[in-house]
Amino acid sequence: MYRGGNDGQAIDRAGAAFSGAASPHSEPVLEMSFRVDRYDFAAAGEAASKIKQVLRQLGMAPELVRRAAVAAYEAEMNLVIHSEGGQILLRVDTEKVTLVACDGGPGMPDVSLAMREGYSTAPDEIREMGFGAGMGLPNMKRCSDSFSIESEVGRGTTVTAAIRIA
Amino acid sequence: MKLADIRELIGAEVLVGEDKLSTVEIEMACGSDLISDVLAFCHDKTLLCTGLVSAQVVRTAEIAGLSTIIFVRGKRPDESVIEMGKAAGIPMLATDLPMFETCGLLYGAGVGGICLGADGSRRGDVG
Repeated sequence: MYRGGNDGQAIDRAGAAFSGAASPHSEPVLEMSFRVDRYDFAAAGEAASKIKQVLRQLGMAPELVRRAAVAAYEAEMNLVIHSEGGQILLRVDTEKVTLVACDGGPGMPDVSLAMREGYSTAPDEIREMGFGAGMGLPNMKRCSDSFSIESEVGRGTTVTAAIRIA
Repeated sequence: MKLADIRELIGAEVLVGEDKLSTVEIEMACGSDLISDVLAFCHDKTLLCTGLVSAQVVRTAEIAGLSTIIFVRGKRPDESVIEMGKAAGIPMLATDLPMFETCGLLYGAGVGGICLGADGSRRGDVG
């Protein structure tokens, strides 16, 4: 099993986050974590780009790689734009590719509203950069075979997207 | 349609990919200034016409597997963005034409649009 990340501290948290999801039939073959900072537009997309590269190197099907990369990129931009910073965890086992984006706040008061296509709380300066179309979470869901959001105002948000390996 | 023909058609300046003009073949294009729409609706190998010139447009192209970026309305990305395009191996052209005219010329020359299903999803998508 390969474990790696772009910062050492994140690895332990990655392991903790994944331990609950592991099943006897899906031992992880790879886990990586990527820290994402609020408003760091210069680095935004680097995690998704790396995830795409890693999945490609694992020999995954191109369409699966693309779906995972798009989901990871949307998650990463959500963290950059909307969170106070967080991380993206990539976990690959024999059955699926799982992406977990978690942050420490601010949390979403209405998850169903956030899932509505076209709804966005992004400010104008973010929209001018081409973001804030209100498609980020719906896009993630569209790319995933299973998708869930847990969010609590004041505590943070965890978005989990899994894509089956056919 | 070859990229070289597209360059000619819209009078574009080549910012990245001079060496790919005669090899890259474009069958499909889309015009958008919304990154999520590009991620949601563009297929692999699509040419993107956009007024966005930030680093994120190159990231988007990389993630979505886009073939080429055309910057419209006379916009030019700064050098760091051009360098990103070079590193990613994504041809980048720039034209003074507005989005509508750029797309119209491409469409008129036989370049197709992206195919959407009835629910707005990309046709052929899984899940």
